[in-house]
Amino acid sequence: MHTATSTRTGALPGAPTGTAPGDPVIEARGVTRRFGAVTALDAVDLVVEPGELVGLLGPNGAGKTTLLSLVTGQRRPDAGVVRLFGGDPRDPRSRTRLGTTPQETGLPPTLRVAEVVDFVARHYPDPRPTGALLEEFGLAPLARRQTGGLSGGEKRRLAVALALVGNPELVVLDEPTTGLDVDGRHALWEALLAYHASGGTLVLTSHYLEEVQALAQRVVVVDHGRVLADDGLDAVLARVAMRRVAFRLPPGPLDGAATHARLAALPGVADAVREGDRVDLLASDADEVVRGLVAAGVPFRDLDVRRASLEEAFLTLTRAGGADQEVAA
Amino acid sequence: MSALALTWHHARYQLLETVRVPIAVVGMMLFPALALAFFVLPQQEVAQSPTAAAAAVAQLALFAVMSTFTFTYGAGVAEDRALPFDAYVRTLPAGPGARLGGRLVSGLVLGLASLAPLVLLGWLFTAADPGVGRLLLGVATVLVAAVPFLCLGLAIGYGLSTKAALAVAQVVLFPLAFAGGLFLPPQMFPAWLDTLSGFLPSRAGRDVVVQAVLGTGATAQDYVVLAAWTLALGALAVWVYRRDEGRRFR
Repeated sequence: MHTATSTRTGALPGAPTGTAPGDPVIEARGVTRRFGAVTALDAVDLVVEPGELVGLLGPNGAGKTTLLSLVTGQRRPDAGVVRLFGGDPRDPRSRTRLGTTPQETGLPPTLRVAEVVDFVARHYPDPRPTGALLEEFGLAPLARRQTGGLSGGEKRRLAVALALVGNPELVVLDEPTTGLDVDGRHALWEALLAYHASGGTLVLTSHYLEEVQALAQRVVVVDHGRVLADDGLDAVLARVAMRRVAFRLPPGPLDGAATHARLAALPGVADAVREGDRVDLLASDADEVVRGLVAAGVPFRDLDVRRASLEEAFLTLTRAGGADQEVAA
Repeated sequence: MSALALTWHHARYQLLETVRVPIAVVGMMLFPALALAFFVLPQQEVAQSPTAAAAAVAQLALFAVMSTFTFTYGAGVAEDRALPFDAYVRTLPAGPGARLGGRLVSGLVLGLASLAPLVLLGWLFTAADPGVGRLLLGVATVLVAAVPFLCLGLAIGYGLSTKAALAVAQVVLFPLAFAGGLFLPPQMFPAWLDTLSGFLPSRAGRDVVVQAVLGTGATAQDYVVLAAWTLALGALAVWVYRRDEGRRFR
């Protein structure tokens, strides 16, 4: 897939919103949003500058989708301010330079592929030609097909194509490749990277570490409605890409709290959990931990090392965040 | 794209989607004609009186269009809102004007289509013969008189969930139609119901449509009541649309 766009510039002539080049594309300050008793977002700050490639990473229900729905003007925050190109996202004029994608694979089933693209294209002042866009996403042979008859992967590709049809300066994608096979996922990543390379700003959510790793330059980790980390990809990876070192300790003199403290203090261990004779250590560098265990003469058995899930990694980040707060307070 | 062109664009795609499910369109077009065949044609004293037959067709025409509006825009919009694509369309650079306006236009077109078989049946099998001029005036008046119900449908559709919308549309529609004299002519009403009826949009609409077809039947109050309901329900529809945020997650 190939993207060639020369018309995208910082400030379009006659653009309805008053952003100068260099102003933030997205600006959210102290944003809180509740649904009944659930606080989906809790005083979140997020500023995205033109040309950034930002991944919002977090488990399901973390608040990623809610944050994006505020940015795209679908919902209003209960507190705080959200700006899109300097304007209110709920004002349609603020959204002429925004491209998004339908969630899940929700497309009107009776409309044909080219019709859906045309429907969306006409909302924008300078859309891409439908034929060229379908070609780029490998959908040209399906142009006359009703969307209800597309496969899951084809629907997903069409959905992402819709985000680009308006020649947007900002593309916001919620779980862009959910349900795609490996080939489909890589093809979409290529298209998105090409869009970014041509000067576009891209914000996407994912609960796949791999996806954020492949696309994002800056990663914002969100959980329980709060920003836990906001840093370059490598810095966040170092905190999130954890290994889980599990083993058993035979009952005996090593049962006490002192042993637990010793294990937690081993070099590289971020978190230690002990249940009966089972011990789980979370660490960024498993090799270092195992060497430490051997050097300390810990009589471990049934050693098992695997990649920790994001949820497990987030748990340590949440605890670290809590500790920071206590210190700050 | 200008706001007007965008409105037409939305209307065109809504019509396209509706036409792609032909059975829904056929049902909408046949319903009023069937009602005429089953409830009016068997009563020869009505069917053979030029004025009574014309009034009966006019009443049914208004009921047909107003139920089309209340149901397709009440239940239909609520259903659409539950789809992920609707949430997506909200992120496009189009305001409430284009989307609401598009629905209005497509609703008027569909309502017009639903009148054709009814008028054809009335022309062939009853004594009603208002002439082409009054017929066209009557059709135009039906569409205008049904606009408050279109707005009511939109308010229901944007304000409620699918199941609630269907129930509320039913609960609101049938009493309004009955008390408005769309099933039984208001001449048969007791005095208290006739007075109450005078303040309803359905009764005002009925009188105005009958006036258009027969040249008699409406009072100044009817026009005032109809205009007031159109404004009030139109404002309600816009207000409900603006505070709607698509699906509610709890």
